[in-house]
Amino acid sequence: MTQTRTATPEDPAKVAAFEARIAAVESIEPNDWMPEKYRRQLVRMMSQHAHSEIVGMLPEGNWITRAPSLRRKISLIAKVQDEAGHGLYIYCGAETLGVDRAELIGQLLDGTAKYSSIFNYPTLSWADIGVIGWFVDGAAIVNQTILAKASYGPYARAMIRVCKEENFHKRQGYEIVATLANGTPAQKAMVQDAVDRWWWPSLMMFGPSDTDSPNTAELIRWKVKRKTNDELRQRFVNLTVPQAMAVNLTLPDPDMTFNAETENWEFGAIDWDEFNQVIRGNGPCNRERLEARRKAHDEGAWVREAANAYAAKQRASQASEAA
Amino acid sequence: MTGGPATPAPSIVPAPRQAPDALVEYLLRLGDDRLVLGHRLSEWCGHGPILEEDIALSNVALDLLGQATMFLRLAGQVEGRGRDEDALAYFREVVDFRNCQLVELPNGDFGFTIARQFLFDVHAVVVLDALSRSGNAELAAIAAKSLKEAKYHVRHSGEWVLKLGDGTAESHQRIQRAFDALWRFTPELFAADVVDAAMLAAGVGPDLAALQAVWDGLVRDVVERATLSLPHAAPPIAGRSGRQGSHTEALGHLLAEMQIVARSHPGAKW
Ligand SMILES: [Fe+2]
Ligand SMILES: [Fe+2]
Repeated sequence: MTQTRTATPEDPAKVAAFEARIAAVESIEPNDWMPEKYRRQLVRMMSQHAHSEIVGMLPEGNWITRAPSLRRKISLIAKVQDEAGHGLYIYCGAETLGVDRAELIGQLLDGTAKYSSIFNYPTLSWADIGVIGWFVDGAAIVNQTILAKASYGPYARAMIRVCKEENFHKRQGYEIVATLANGTPAQKAMVQDAVDRWWWPSLMMFGPSDTDSPNTAELIRWKVKRKTNDELRQRFVNLTVPQAMAVNLTLPDPDMTFNAETENWEFGAIDWDEFNQVIRGNGPCNRERLEARRKAHDEGAWVREAANAYAAKQRASQASEAA
Repeated sequence: MTGGPATPAPSIVPAPRQAPDALVEYLLRLGDDRLVLGHRLSEWCGHGPILEEDIALSNVALDLLGQATMFLRLAGQVEGRGRDEDALAYFREVVDFRNCQLVELPNGDFGFTIARQFLFDVHAVVVLDALSRSGNAELAAIAAKSLKEAKYHVRHSGEWVLKLGDGTAESHQRIQRAFDALWRFTPELFAADVVDAAMLAAGVGPDLAALQAVWDGLVRDVVERATLSLPHAAPPIAGRSGRQGSHTEALGHLLAEMQIVARSHPGAKW
């Protein structure tokens, strides 16, 4: 979509002016000049983010029909619905950079676009719904609080709005976890099992370690990203360990120790082989997730066509009335 | 049992059944319609034809489940046996459910879901409007709140009936087939029985026969504008209705899924 733009060499004076604006912490807006590489990085990040919201509806949606009380059923539907809203909102933000939603969704469905690795893990019990809210929405908040200070205005503003809802999701998830942790022995075992399964994949959500993250340096210089993956991951761990202790749940990391000097909870080694496998499409549910999205898209084609045809008829009849 | 009286000899004469409290039955009908349809709609969440419809169908599901919660809670209170809305939703059997069969039918394609929704939404608007003037103040309050939501729902489903009916040849054919298949489930919506008669006499419920004509007019108006047609007559389905606990086989599967977690942990809090 952007080949023609990349072919033109960029005016060094414009690049310098752009970088000066970034340095002055000015917000970059859709009609402002920006280097092509900046635009492409943003499209990449925003579309990955939007896809993650949409694919993320599937693992949690999996438990809507089995939620164990009416109150929980209602709040889970509302949560999954919020994620659809986030996806829509971020796709709209990406469209300000000159791409359209259909094109981005096409890239998701043909497997060329990425989305968060976390959603390729299965939800196996009701407790997963609590733990996902606590860990996954919690990790999203750590990421998005920083993204809300990103240099591209539409993305930063989207993050402020989205983050408010993620906070609500996290509180709700943690409340489910606390209820189960204080419940029957079977409920307690269920929630500990969910913690054991989701902890490491949640740490992987922050992406590769800084030493292996090819994009980070430039993204930080342009204030697209404001903190490194490892900094954010550490922040998440520091926030989460005391929350686990408060409800007497154990995080599955025998190496976890508190460093009194740095005040960091130092955690054990992440299995990057697993992460890379999941990113490459070999996670437990990669195929199922994409298959579900493709099925919804294909089976919805006749509906979208009908809506377009109807709208065209309406426009035509309005035009003939006006004539 | 030890030391107690001897077990009485089995009798072929049925034990006298306690007449169910008509108001409880009536509230269960209102609550179960919304619980079951809200559940069905929630099955679309994450699988809709466009993102905007995932959001819209979820909205309707949320409203219906909220209404179900209020109606079932009131049913439990009136019944006075200590059952709350969750006990009623999660610990009753298929034959204890009082929803109409229309709402329990599997979703089918988007056209089937929309046609089913439209037929129900028009019914909801007509019935809730009457119930908002019910002699039972608590019921009237729930109905008035629900009516506002139902008016939005019928606008949404009605617009889709128009779009699909007057969209493409394929969409026209699909939604026409849906109306053809669903029409025989509609007489049940207005088939008054002893419970409805008791509610009418008590000034709680509406005269269903009078409402049916209104419903019919509203449905036909949209269906005709959508260039669709309705089958000439809808022969009622023989046998008892869902209002008395007679259901399609689909409801058992729906409840098995809905109730599995709650029933696996009796007495647990969530
Ligand atoms: Fe989200
Ligand atoms: Fe969220």
